[in-house]
Amino acid sequence: MKEIISPGQAAKMVRDGMSVMVGGFMVVGTPTAIVDAVVREGAKDLTLIVNDTGFPEQGVGKMVSADQLKKVIVSHIGTNKITGEKMNNKEIEVELVPQGTLAEQIRAGGSGLGGVLTPTGVGTVVQEGKRVINVDGQDYLLATPLRADVALLKAHKADRAGNLVFRRAARNFNPLMATAADLVIVEVEEVLEIGEIDPDEVVTPGIFVDYLVMGEVQQDG
Amino acid sequence: MDKQEKRNMIARRVAREFKDGDVVNLGIGMPTLVANFIDGDKKVILQSENGFLGVGPAPEPGQEDPDVVNAGGQIVSILAGGACFDSAVSFGIIRGGHVDATVLGALEVDEEGNLANWMIPGKLVPGMGGAMDLVVGAQKVIIATEHCNKKGEPKILRRCKLPLTATKEVDLIVTELAVIEVTLSGLLLREVAEDSSIEEVKEKTEAELIIPDEVGVLR
Repeated sequence: MKEIISPGQAAKMVRDGMSVMVGGFMVVGTPTAIVDAVVREGAKDLTLIVNDTGFPEQGVGKMVSADQLKKVIVSHIGTNKITGEKMNNKEIEVELVPQGTLAEQIRAGGSGLGGVLTPTGVGTVVQEGKRVINVDGQDYLLATPLRADVALLKAHKADRAGNLVFRRAARNFNPLMATAADLVIVEVEEVLEIGEIDPDEVVTPGIFVDYLVMGEVQQDG
Repeated sequence: MDKQEKRNMIARRVAREFKDGDVVNLGIGMPTLVANFIDGDKKVILQSENGFLGVGPAPEPGQEDPDVVNAGGQIVSILAGGACFDSAVSFGIIRGGHVDATVLGALEVDEEGNLANWMIPGKLVPGMGGAMDLVVGAQKVIIATEHCNKKGEPKILRRCKLPLTATKEVDLIVTELAVIEVTLSGLLLREVAEDSSIEEVKEKTEAELIIPDEVGVLR
C-alpha cells in the first residue's frame, strides 16, 4: 500500500541542491499542487529536468520565477520569457536538449542503459561536446542517461499499489520519469482500491512509485 | 494578397502533398493551418508530438478537455481511432520514420536542404523542442514559409547562417511565390505563383535556382 501524503509533505522531500524531474508538456500533465508546494517550501539550487519551463505563473515556471533553480535541462523555454531573461543574466544555466533525445536520456537512466545513439542533432550545435559514433556508415550522437534525486509526476488515476493510468496528452514524460528517479511522488486525481485497475490498463507499474498525492480533478473519464 | 490570404495559399498547396493514409506532423504557426485544407477524400492521420495520433479540430465551446492540447498548447480533439502514448514512443514514431511528412516553418533554408528554424543567437532562443527530431526523422520535410523575412530579405539562401536545426533534410519549400524542390543537384523551381514570375522568384531568392523547361503554376 502506498502512502498518500499532502503536497506540503511531498515538497519537504525536495531539498536544496537536488536534481528534480517534473512531468508535463506546457503544464498539461504537470503535478501543479506539488509544484506550488515546492515553491512555498522554497528549496534552492535545484537542477530541474523537464520538457519545458511552462509559463511565468503556471507550472514549473513558478520555480523559475522564485529563483529556485541552478540549472534546467529542457527542450523548450519559449513559452516562459523569464527563463530566457535569467539565462541571459547568467542566473540559470540552461541546457537545451532535443525533445526526443531528452525522452531517451530519461528512458536510458531508468532502464539500465549506458546511453542511446540518436541521429538528431548531428551537424548542429547539439553535437558540440558529444561523442559521435558511426554505425554502418551513419553518424549518431551518444545521449547519456539522465537520472534525478526526485521525480514529481502527475497521473490520472492510481490504485493503492501505486499502479498508474494516465489521461490523453497528460502522459508525456511522466511514465519515463517514474523509472529514473530515486524518489517518485505522483499527484493523482483519483485513488482506487487494489484490484480496481485492470493489470492490462496499467501504464506505469506501482513498483516505480513511492508516494501518492491527491491533486485536483481535471476531467471525468 | 494580404498576409492571411498568402498563408492560406501556402497551406492549401502544402496540403496537396499528402497521400491517402499518410501520417503527418504539423508544426506550430502557419503549418497548423494546413489541417484546414486537407482533402476530405484522403485519410491523413495527424500526430501531435506531445503524445497522440488522430489530432482533430478544436471542440465546440464547452466541450474543451484541458488534457487534449496540441504541441502548440492549443485545445484540440482526438478523433475516433486515435491513440495516446508517452514522449519516448512519440519520438520513436518520429525518428523511426513512421511519420510520412512534417511541415515546419523556416528562418533560413538553403541549397543543400539545410534548415535553420530554432534560434537567433542573442535574440531568440526558445529551444528546439521537437523540431530537430522531426526534421531528421520524417520521411518528407516540407517547409511552409513566406518567401522573404520581415525585412524583405531572402530566406532561401546559398548557405544558412543561423544555427542549423538539421543538415540536408529538407525536401520541398512552399512559399507564396513558388514551390521549390530540393534535389541532389540543387534547388529546382517546380511552380511559380499565378501573380508572380520566374524573374521575381529569382530576384527574391539568394540561392541558385534550376529552372526546368516547364514550370507549373502555383495557385
